[in-house]
Amino acid sequence: MKASAYPPSGWVDSVAAAKSAVFVLLLCPAAWLAWAALTDQLGANPAQALVRATGDWTMRMLCLVLALTPLRLIFRWPVLARWRRMVGVYTFFYATLHALSYSWFDMGFEWADVLKDIGKRPFILVGFASWLLLLALALTSFDRAVRWLGGRAWRRLHQAVYAVAVLVVVHFYWMRAAKNDLLEVAVYATLLALLLGWRVVRAWRARHS
Amino acid sequence: MRSHSSSQGFDHGIPSEITPEAVYRERRALMKMWASGAAGAALASWSQCSAWAQLDAPSRLRPWSAAARSSVPGAITMDRVTEFKDATSYNNFYEFGTDKADPARHAGKMKTSPWTIDVDGLVLKPRRFGLDELLKLSAMEERIYRLRCVEGWSMVIPWVGYSLAALLQRVQPMGNAKYVEFVTLADPATMPGVSSRVLDWPYVEGLRLDEALHPLTLLAFGMYGAVLPNQSGAPVRLVVPWKYGFKSSKSLVRIRLTDRLPATAWNKAAPHEYGFYSNVNPQVDHPRWSQASERRIGEDGLFSKKRKTLMFNGYEAQVGQLYAGMDLTQWF
Repeated sequence: MKASAYPPSGWVDSVAAAKSAVFVLLLCPAAWLAWAALTDQLGANPAQALVRATGDWTMRMLCLVLALTPLRLIFRWPVLARWRRMVGVYTFFYATLHALSYSWFDMGFEWADVLKDIGKRPFILVGFASWLLLLALALTSFDRAVRWLGGRAWRRLHQAVYAVAVLVVVHFYWMRAAKNDLLEVAVYATLLALLLGWRVVRAWRARHS
Repeated sequence: MRSHSSSQGFDHGIPSEITPEAVYRERRALMKMWASGAAGAALASWSQCSAWAQLDAPSRLRPWSAAARSSVPGAITMDRVTEFKDATSYNNFYEFGTDKADPARHAGKMKTSPWTIDVDGLVLKPRRFGLDELLKLSAMEERIYRLRCVEGWSMVIPWVGYSLAALLQRVQPMGNAKYVEFVTLADPATMPGVSSRVLDWPYVEGLRLDEALHPLTLLAFGMYGAVLPNQSGAPVRLVVPWKYGFKSSKSLVRIRLTDRLPATAWNKAAPHEYGFYSNVNPQVDHPRWSQASERRIGEDGLFSKKRKTLMFNGYEAQVGQLYAGMDLTQWF
């Protein structure tokens, strides 16, 4: 191999190292929560603290994964494309921890009660629907799944993440609505609206130029 | 996960063997003062500690460590008492913010002295009561009540106070009085949450007159043998043990008797979620969660199953007759 090969092997190494660093970084919240739970540092109501914290981190991961494409294109930072699937799978990972915390600590793994709850309470139904969509996306996040589906079908399927963004805001809003305490909901709703809005504007411009 | 043998949690033993929290705290404070040799400094730092801001008033404190155990039926539950730390760090007191830690963080600024309660409305003798007079109005009793929050968690608190009926009898309710309205302090200068629009301030709660006169309905001035910490509703609050916690108004400034159903804060905010009665009822779910079970704070660990919620929070024998013939699903 010639010494002037592109990309230089050092660049490849640092890209891989950065991705590993991001992987570890995004795992930190879960590790911290597990440690805090085992050492009784989650306050007087650890169950509720876990349900809330895993929900919050799901929202943050979702915002992050949806921010990658705009950031990549605006700042011309192509490496971000390599993080997209990983951050997406992390979104599913935190959503699963959230669903597990609720099913376990809130419902004691009484699956009949969980099912009844999903049918009875719209905000839980919406949360569950979001998780199902994320499950479909996570299951098709492997290279083989991309090849099997074909690039176009895969991309269309994974646009379901936009629906997830809308559903989780509805889920969070319904959870908080009665308390009239909507600042956090508004922050996430605004952020996600900006991230989806940027895509709408871009698609519209592409069609009209 | 929580150890049950921590110094602040205690099982019921023989009452005479229990060192009341107040006495214990007072001793520790004195020891600290002697050890440091700087009484002034120790007192200053003591009074900055929000939870115990009033502990430098032993004249109020001492009689309570000897407060007699209440003889009102149902007033002493045998459940394990919640740790003081949990009871004073995990609170809903939205005047200080919506996070459970906000009240302990911010309530220290609230001024609880001087303090008065106006008792008026449909009464023959409307009056303003000063706190000192209220403290002497009836004999202080210790009562150990279960506290069930509408959010699905519960605690067990040893309160100090006397039946609200003792105060209401002083003002002589008129024949047409049907309800009692309770108003909490809403001071934007010392209560940061009051500037938010989470609820319509001041916080208003209400009871039917017969509920308010029930001997279990407590006017509380203390807990754990000491004065109420600010975050727990100092200097005087209501405790209605068979209703969800939000019915037990904190830091009362006005008690008004009326012939109309009071417009209560949570009922105004979300009428389909929080009814006027809000009796603890495992059969009537909150629209967003089940009320069939609850997590006892500090006792039911993360991995243990939640415990079943009891009808009227376990006070059915005492208060069930108040609701005879009522459809409790309709009047939730």
